[in-house]
Amino acid sequence: MAQAERLPRPLGLLAELTHRCPLGCPYCSNPLALDKRADELDTTTWTRVFGEAAALGVLQVHLSGGEPASRRDLVDITAAARDAGLYTNLITSGVGVTAKSLAALADAGLDHVQISIQDSEARSADHIAGYEGAFARKRALAAQVVARKVPLTVNAVIHRANVDRVADMVALALELGASRVEIAHVQYYGWALKNRATLMPTREQVDRAVAAVEELRTRHHGRIVIDAVVPDYYARYPKACVGGWGRRSLNVTPSGKVLPCHAAETIPGLEFWSVRERSLSDIWISSPAFQAFRGTDWMPEPCASCPRREQDFGGCRCQAFALTGDARATDPVCHLAPNHALVAELAAVRSDAPYAYRR
Amino acid sequence: MSDAPQAEPIAPEAHPRLPHGVRLVHNEAQGGLVLLAPERVFKPDTIAAEILKRCTGEATFAHIVDELAAAYSAPRERVLADVTALLRSLADKKLLEL
Repeated sequence: MAQAERLPRPLGLLAELTHRCPLGCPYCSNPLALDKRADELDTTTWTRVFGEAAALGVLQVHLSGGEPASRRDLVDITAAARDAGLYTNLITSGVGVTAKSLAALADAGLDHVQISIQDSEARSADHIAGYEGAFARKRALAAQVVARKVPLTVNAVIHRANVDRVADMVALALELGASRVEIAHVQYYGWALKNRATLMPTREQVDRAVAAVEELRTRHHGRIVIDAVVPDYYARYPKACVGGWGRRSLNVTPSGKVLPCHAAETIPGLEFWSVRERSLSDIWISSPAFQAFRGTDWMPEPCASCPRREQDFGGCRCQAFALTGDARATDPVCHLAPNHALVAELAAVRSDAPYAYRR
Repeated sequence: MSDAPQAEPIAPEAHPRLPHGVRLVHNEAQGGLVLLAPERVFKPDTIAAEILKRCTGEATFAHIVDELAAAYSAPRERVLADVTALLRSLADKKLLEL
């Protein structure tokens, strides 16, 4: 296939095994309308998808959700991904993975575990998660992961309630024995968009947090890898969302729809194909949703003539739509975007309203 | 690699190996060897691949350097500097154990 030859090969597959989750984090990136358990793909279909993914060039699969451990067949799914030759990464809340299931997952060849933490302090963490005792369970699972010599990443999602404790969260990651920590400022999609005014930090807080990360990287060089997801409402250039639309990764929803990114369903008018009806390769190459913003031909100005167009790919299509109503617009986070002033206006809207927990 | 600043020396008797969660695999669709790590993928160049293939925990660092110097008919000093720089930088990223 001539067209397939020119297409990039995806490197990563985000497998959203379920939307079920015991936690209620108000920044959850899942859609507001969650897939139901009855609509979830079965083990056999996931097994086929992993085989097709490996043949397409995918190297890593991120087993995610919701909470992936909400699925009783998680061990079988993990084994199937590993058998397909994929690097398997479990992205978990830490609630629901028992010592027994972790042992079985490790035996199945699980390569890496990522556990989210909501804060460095138990009370605040449990409040943010909307789940009493979650923090203690996460700590317990982290210890078991490290004891089994499976590498651990701690993912700390940062927002106004915890942004002043970045250093404490890195210290916690070190204490837990993580080899890597992600300081992930909230990205405003899904539930986070709904809770934006409550979650949004001030610019001063963000500046301090960014400076803290730089200092911590120097201090802990060689001991722990610190990766940061930038707070994009305060950025000058947009993020290269998913490394470019339909270029490096794909996302399979619990019910089998294949998306270029996890939030893509928020853009109206995109036609998504399902692994229930088609092969992953067919979808990657030909699905209308993947073709919609692939490459640079779709870009309006100022992106079309921008020297950074192959670097940040016009930013995020879902954010462009969420903030401007036009999915083709330059991501308003970019200081060159016609709608850039809007971002500062939105970041200035802060409230102390209670969280709308993801339920 | 040669223009990298002086990396901290590695003990000759060290046994470099990939830690759990870091794997060197061959992938046809991606055009050769790739190093898979937590949330990362690296495509090593030919030389780096030759070095990584030997980091199995069996060979000592000194042996790896000897072998590469012989395989490429290169001065041992230079090979030592290059291999040290690569392995140190991987170890700093938690992609290698020394």
